[in-house]
Amino acid sequence: MTTTDVKKDDRAPARRRRGGGGTATGASARSRILVTAILAVAAVYFLVPVYWVFVAATKTTSDLFDSFGFGLGEEFVLFANVSEVLTYNGGVFWRWTLNSLLYSVLGALLATLLAAAAGYALAKYDFRGRELVFGLVLGGVLVPAAATALPLYLLFSQIGLANTYWAVLLPGLISPFGLYLCRIYADASVPDSVIESARLEGAGEGRIFFTLGLRMMAPALVTVFLFQMVGIWNNYFLPLVMLADEELYPITLGLVTWQSYQGRDIEMYTRVVTGSMLSVIPLVIAIIVLQRYWRGGMTAGAVKG
Amino acid sequence: MTATTRSAPGEESPDGPRTATAAPPRRRSRARSRALVPWGFVGPFLALFTLCFVLPILYAVYQSFIQIRRYGLFGEEGRETVFAGLDNYTRALGQETFVDSIGRVLLFGAVQVPVMLGLALVLALLLESASARWPGFFRALYFMPYGVPGVVASLLWGFLYVPGLSPILDVAGLVGLEPDLLGPSGVLWSIANIITWMFIGYNMLILVAQLKTIPGELYESARIDGAGPLQTAWNIQLPLIRPALVLTTIFSIIGTLQLFAEPQILAAFTVNIDSAYTPNMAAYNSAFTDNDYNVAAAQSVVVALTAFVLSFGFLWLVNRKDRRR
Repeated sequence: MTTTDVKKDDRAPARRRRGGGGTATGASARSRILVTAILAVAAVYFLVPVYWVFVAATKTTSDLFDSFGFGLGEEFVLFANVSEVLTYNGGVFWRWTLNSLLYSVLGALLATLLAAAAGYALAKYDFRGRELVFGLVLGGVLVPAAATALPLYLLFSQIGLANTYWAVLLPGLISPFGLYLCRIYADASVPDSVIESARLEGAGEGRIFFTLGLRMMAPALVTVFLFQMVGIWNNYFLPLVMLADEELYPITLGLVTWQSYQGRDIEMYTRVVTGSMLSVIPLVIAIIVLQRYWRGGMTAGAVKG
Repeated sequence: MTATTRSAPGEESPDGPRTATAAPPRRRSRARSRALVPWGFVGPFLALFTLCFVLPILYAVYQSFIQIRRYGLFGEEGRETVFAGLDNYTRALGQETFVDSIGRVLLFGAVQVPVMLGLALVLALLLESASARWPGFFRALYFMPYGVPGVVASLLWGFLYVPGLSPILDVAGLVGLEPDLLGPSGVLWSIANIITWMFIGYNMLILVAQLKTIPGELYESARIDGAGPLQTAWNIQLPLIRPALVLTTIFSIIGTLQLFAEPQILAAFTVNIDSAYTPNMAAYNSAFTDNDYNVAAAQSVVVALTAFVLSFGFLWLVNRKDRRR
């Protein structure tokens, strides 16, 4: 490699070149410092609120208002704050956490299974109405979820489902995006010949799907599951509209309830801050650990999208 | 296996070849049950989709065209449902606050969506460039806010916006700046910052995914042609990730029209967010404060229609440019 080559290679996406050899050395030191500096500045932006909440959760209420927000307060009361949040009002925070887990994990699991079955059928069977179903569901992606929440509440309250677990669980079982991804993925990764030979060996259609189809679609299924889980966990409007009973609340709704007491009880600030910190931990860990899986599935979606 | 079996996709039974020619009755009924197999797979999804998407939409449209008339002071002399024509729509659009809220989110989207996607694009290109160190680490970090619920993100940023609590304002004060982040004109952009913070990483990841599908040979030949990194980005990477850019834009437009949680949470920190700050808040307010479901339904329909018009308008615009090229 000549010096001119090195200069031209400046910031060119060398890493992607398979078998290019000596990949990272392609970039000059100066551009590497510049680019990494920009990336680091962006990282600070994304970290600031999270850093703040972790620091704020260690403070007493008076320190929260009086000390510098990015530094520690006079007292370190993280554990007292956490146990206060977990025991306040009969440990209702636990209840909300379990509700959130129920809604998001169970909902996302079932949603993935439903999307997988439907996507698999749309990809692997040629039947009348196939494109109609697909088009209808894709249209569903474009409908703002918030626009359906209000009428859904009216509908559910007429059949007695409003203010029950079902009111939040059922709408979470449908992922139009998941169906789209599953169809594309099944198209690309479940060969007809494999299905064919399983049939020749006498396997039923359901068994073929559960034993072969699901396994071959696994990378896409992980993506669908994660998206749906995060979507349900983060949802606020639907539970707000559907639920009146505090026992059924997910964490998001519970924290907002606490926030609304802040005006009356200044200690509530500490509970809201510490509760926010606790609610951030599980999903942030999940996202950082699992972010590689998001990529795999999304590429399949983006290629055709 | 012969071609005849292939031609009848619904009938690939174990003892194949004869199917195409003669079909005894037993076979035919089995073929019919075969035709039902895909519906067995699609059925559960479709049933719930109908319950949670199709029916509510139809119901909203229906509700938006009717009104409940009550007789007597408290409706004790009976009530009836009457067809109201466009009356609910006129009343919805007659609320100045509702019309204002639509204008507000349109302004919001016109600024926030390009800024957010622009930043996501820059970060995606930088992460995919050879000059980035620890790209996996940064990618995970940027994506992290996507896992923070909008409610919690708004609470966190809300604390960072409040004078007296916010360390950011403390730091800004040291250099003589006193931005009013929750003021009448500033608060909209404070909301924009929350949305941007939450979704840059998500959009970046979609763009990165498509950037990774660009074959290495293209970069190779661009390099041989003497293209610099900016030229490569403009002439090769941007055109090839256009589908992902279109997709993220449409998702962002739809998301903008649904704005609810962030302004509602921030409203506890400032007097400059009223109960009809966004169209969705207005609809919620009509339904649960005014108890006027018909106007609320009309407002929901207006929100959905606006989302449709904008996303299809955007698609049409993009395709038209395509055809010209």
